[in-house]
Amino acid sequence: MHELGIAIEIAEVATERARGKRPTRVVIEVGQLTAVLPEALAFAWQAATEGSALGGCELDIVAVAGRGRCRACASELDLVMPFGRCACGGTDLELVAGEELRIRHMEVT
Amino acid sequence: MCATCGCSTDNDHAHRHERPFQPAYVPAELKQVSIERDLLARNDVIAGRNRAWLTARDATAFNMVSSPGAGKTTLLERTIRELANGRELLVIEGDQATSRDAERIRAAGARAYQVNTGTGCHLDAQMVATALAALEPARGALVLVENVGNLVCPALFDLGERAKVLLASVTEGDDKPLKYPHMFRAAELVLLSKIDLAPYVPFDRGRFAAAVAEVNPRARILQLSALTGEGMPAWYGWLTDRGGAS
Repeated sequence: MHELGIAIEIAEVATERARGKRPTRVVIEVGQLTAVLPEALAFAWQAATEGSALGGCELDIVAVAGRGRCRACASELDLVMPFGRCACGGTDLELVAGEELRIRHMEVT
Repeated sequence: MCATCGCSTDNDHAHRHERPFQPAYVPAELKQVSIERDLLARNDVIAGRNRAWLTARDATAFNMVSSPGAGKTTLLERTIRELANGRELLVIEGDQATSRDAERIRAAGARAYQVNTGTGCHLDAQMVATALAALEPARGALVLVENVGNLVCPALFDLGERAKVLLASVTEGDDKPLKYPHMFRAAELVLLSKIDLAPYVPFDRGRFAAAVAEVNPRARILQLSALTGEGMPAWYGWLTDRGGAS
């Protein structure tokens, strides 16, 4: 559900920064540990832009893999969920990657 | 074989390849515009303003989250009736529709502002800003924000609260923390509610505590029943300590 709000936010930022030009491709980063589903976001983007000046503009979603650092032993591990268990047994993890939710750049014509 | 066009002639022959390549569609000049902007930036800026606005009034907000039916409103009603720490207690109610919860809060004796999010599944910082402006909390007030019942979306949206408080009831599964890790990770306090029903449901409190610890080892867990009042004093203690001057 919140993906629609995020899609509208991307559309607003893209329109604002295009300064009258036509955005053809917007590249965003979505961390795999955020509660944002790329498939739902892609669908919401279609719905949010269809029939508008952004109609046909491609949304390029770059997935960022999750990574945590153990607060007990400082070693790093890959994460597919926003929690996990370090080899030392520690579960108090600092998320160092995978929470990204940002617009990188776009192409305009 | 001719190396230029691949025809079977061995001899040199004329080629008409000088015609320039003409694509059907000529793209106009593509320009890349760097943006590098957080997608939640707009919400986070407003949340920061809410936090500063509250701090300037020595007021504190807590963001109460849970799945629908975990008992947020019942907990708030009892808290309004019983908490006596000399601070005004206000409630911002978030629901997709109706003002039933705000009416319940007012009947319990607190001022309340109802936000209807329509199809929206969470409160955002702007909704809370509007509610705060309308409520005008007194100096030192405690503002309890009852978010829309949903264990996914509200995890993403900072409202300007000091902490998120998550309610989970024993009528839900004890594996909820593993199924909704984003929200459990975002919470500072987990309230296990409806413990008066614990004898009648197969909820394993030990397994629940282990699941919370796995997802969020820093979270504190308190157990209570807003119906019988069991465990409520510890909640009031937390609210008073954590809601104090920062």
